[in-house]
Amino acid sequence: MTQNYGSKRIVVGAHYGLRDWLSQRMTAVMMALFTIVVIVQVLMPGEMGYDKWAGIFARQWMKVLTFITIISLLVHVWVGMRDVLMDYVKPVAGRLVLQVFTIAWLVGCAGWAIQVLWRL
Amino acid sequence: MAEQMVKTARQRPGTMRLIDAFGYKLPPAGVVSILHRVSGCIMFVLLPFVIWLFDVSVTSEISYEQFSAIFRAGAAGIPGWFFKLVALALIWSYLHHFIAGVRHLYMDATHSVSKEFGRSSALATLALSILLTLALGYKLFF
Repeated sequence: MTQNYGSKRIVVGAHYGLRDWLSQRMTAVMMALFTIVVIVQVLMPGEMGYDKWAGIFARQWMKVLTFITIISLLVHVWVGMRDVLMDYVKPVAGRLVLQVFTIAWLVGCAGWAIQVLWRL
Repeated sequence: MAEQMVKTARQRPGTMRLIDAFGYKLPPAGVVSILHRVSGCIMFVLLPFVIWLFDVSVTSEISYEQFSAIFRAGAAGIPGWFFKLVALALIWSYLHHFIAGVRHLYMDATHSVSKEFGRSSALATLALSILLTLALGYKLFF
């Protein structure tokens, strides 16, 4: 193992600990729960159409749950994409550019999704 | 050919290169693992498409009609069947990522990390995700 602390520390590395690993698991659980909640509501009696579909996301508790899920997605995808980039993109400059792009992409998507959700 | 590649790969010390990786038969757990990454990357790239679908499906009754029309008649000059194919790719990605993720969580929580469990649960993950994709794909296209 090469020296990886102080000024030699990899600036585009992971956070060398449990936190990211754990947050990836916990956000996964959150998204899995959300998936089940949506599927259950879709399968509830009543013909599928705009009223039923939009009605699912219009309820306040569902908005809050969806909001938490969007934030979970943001964190989850960030950890996952960073792992992928750390494995396949070795030059620091290229990795930094792609990591910044990933963050911008995710924050932009999250903002759009929240906007759609909150005007319901 | 593959055997020859493995042979030369064995003689060469150092880290594994892509050419060596192709000469190595991946076990089912390895297939699930790389597909976990592939499916995650597919969903990352298609995230704006998913949010766009969410947007048009919930915004209004008129946009809901547009949402249905995307898959029937297409949108922006792109035919409907192409959108269905992209949706199918998303369905597979989500199912595989979900099931492989539950497998991960189960293994983490119960310390089920034996070689046998790794293999059997990997085969179950592949079978279940493909079967469910076929079933939902059938519903999507027919």
